[in-house]
Amino acid sequence: MLNYIFKRLLIAIPTVIGVTVLIFLIMRALPGDPLSVFFDPSQIQLMSDEQRAGLMADLGLDRPLMEQYLTWAGNILKGDLGTSFLRGDSIAEAIGRRGAISAEIGILSILIAWILGLPIGILSAMRPNSLGDGIASMLTVLFLAIPGFWLGLLIVLGLIHGWGYHPPIISSQLWQDPWLNLQIVAGPALVLGLAQAAFVARMARSSLFEVFREDYVRTARSKGLRESVILFRHALPNALLPVITLSGVLLGFALGGSVTIERAFGTPGLGSALIDGAIDRDHSMVQSIVLVYSMVFVGINLLVDISYSYIDPRIRIA
Amino acid sequence: MKSALKTTGSDGFTYLWAVVKRNAVSFRGFARRSPVAAFWMVMILFLVFMSIAAPVVSPQDPYIPDFSKVTNSPSTENFFGTDFLGRDQLTRIIYGGRTSLFIGLISVLVGVGVGSLWGLVSGYLGGKFDLISQRLLEILMAIPGLILAMILMFILGASVWTLIVAIAFTRLAFGARVIRAVSLSVRETAYVEAARSTGASYWRVMLFHVAPQTFAPFLVLVTTNIGIAILIEASLGFIGLGIAPPTPTWGSMLGEAASNLEPFWWLVFFPGLFITLAVLAFNLAGAGLQDVLDPRNRGTLE
Repeated sequence: MLNYIFKRLLIAIPTVIGVTVLIFLIMRALPGDPLSVFFDPSQIQLMSDEQRAGLMADLGLDRPLMEQYLTWAGNILKGDLGTSFLRGDSIAEAIGRRGAISAEIGILSILIAWILGLPIGILSAMRPNSLGDGIASMLTVLFLAIPGFWLGLLIVLGLIHGWGYHPPIISSQLWQDPWLNLQIVAGPALVLGLAQAAFVARMARSSLFEVFREDYVRTARSKGLRESVILFRHALPNALLPVITLSGVLLGFALGGSVTIERAFGTPGLGSALIDGAIDRDHSMVQSIVLVYSMVFVGINLLVDISYSYIDPRIRIA
Repeated sequence: MKSALKTTGSDGFTYLWAVVKRNAVSFRGFARRSPVAAFWMVMILFLVFMSIAAPVVSPQDPYIPDFSKVTNSPSTENFFGTDFLGRDQLTRIIYGGRTSLFIGLISVLVGVGVGSLWGLVSGYLGGKFDLISQRLLEILMAIPGLILAMILMFILGASVWTLIVAIAFTRLAFGARVIRAVSLSVRETAYVEAARSTGASYWRVMLFHVAPQTFAPFLVLVTTNIGIAILIEASLGFIGLGIAPPTPTWGSMLGEAASNLEPFWWLVFFPGLFITLAVLAFNLAGAGLQDVLDPRNRGTLE
């Protein structure tokens, strides 16, 4: 097992390096004036040649690309993400503060997804083509198509008109004011969780449906085992494997979605910081946050792979 | 097929009519087999027609402000209400469909198309090229799609073409992955071996013997990815990285509505409804296509 984890970690290293190179290339090396990323075109036109050169030197844009990349990568390894181009405060600190809220939303949404999605998937698979199954499959199809930020906006609207309540737009951490913090993260977590629940329910249904037709389930049934034992002891562990594999893909979907959902609720999380950074043309902020999102994505996929091999020994040995 | 083609010279209309009739008949069979998918295909046709005929079917002008009726709620005069500049929202949604559907369709055709070609070559050639391709695709897939599109838009600046490039870039790996798997399995079949043994070149075998086998999965890939592309385009518009105003898109209309702390319900409800309808339509039509085109289900179709 340890051997497998080690091997899997080694394989992830080139991917991580590749991702940093890709992000760097997109952010720096695309054709055109490198300053145009930092400033408005109108501002650039007003600059004299000396001003231009000075700015290029300040931002380190005049050095060779390779050197720029290595400096950036070296700083990341030291945990130094630089300072915000606009606000002058430490990016690492801002990411930590806002990332905590987004992480809470992410974890809560995954809990909601499994608590809601798994039972629905199981019940649908046990009574295929029943009325309940029909309603469940309609809902899953619907929630897979509804844009999360629209659902978020509708919820905000409903809260305003129904209860005269608006989700707080000030920031608060879990350890500062838990009640206020819960009000901040509940909405985005619910919306994000519903889309993922739809996915989990659908996967669990189709996967269980296949497993129910396996010989070993028929054997268990002919032995006279109780339905609950057949389900939880024999069918479910095998049916969950594909659901877990796909939860990695699902998370990429959710990570992207969380950015717009945070916007809809006005949540002061990492996604909102990314959008603000992009609108303010805060180059180093955008680059760092994108890196964080990608690293989280790679990390989660790694965890999924490892947990998968833990549940299914065939993977480890092959 | 050849004889049908011959008649085009003398009587093209008869030929065209035959094609239409044949497809209408098979669509009727398809509708009987999967009524849900057929319904949503009709919905796609409706949305596409609405977008193409926008200048004819829309009741008012999408751009000219009318300050005498700013943010009116839905009425018989403006079915979906009016926006912050007094423009008719129904009209803006019809015009928004033009941009949203066009970008969704073209970006997926480009992204999945290039990706599929890459996957076709990569799966067929194998070896080092395939190995390096796989690593590159892994890196590409390690950045969540919407976030990848976001930084591309941030760097490239907003326009229809940069949107298409940005969204196409996020679809590349999905096309390549699926088509590579098909190409890998087709490569091992006897008829490909037969073609190669007659001395056909690599390119000939790939284009005329392997590529046709990838067409059905390609069609399914395109249909299902259009839904995702529409969602990405709407998300980018919503957060202000999409096409600049005054051009309406469903996402940017939602973004404008959300800039109010207390948004007007009709400005939120209707654009989102159309995004959902479009995504639902492409997702379910794609699922239906997949059912029909899956060779394992072919026996029951005839």
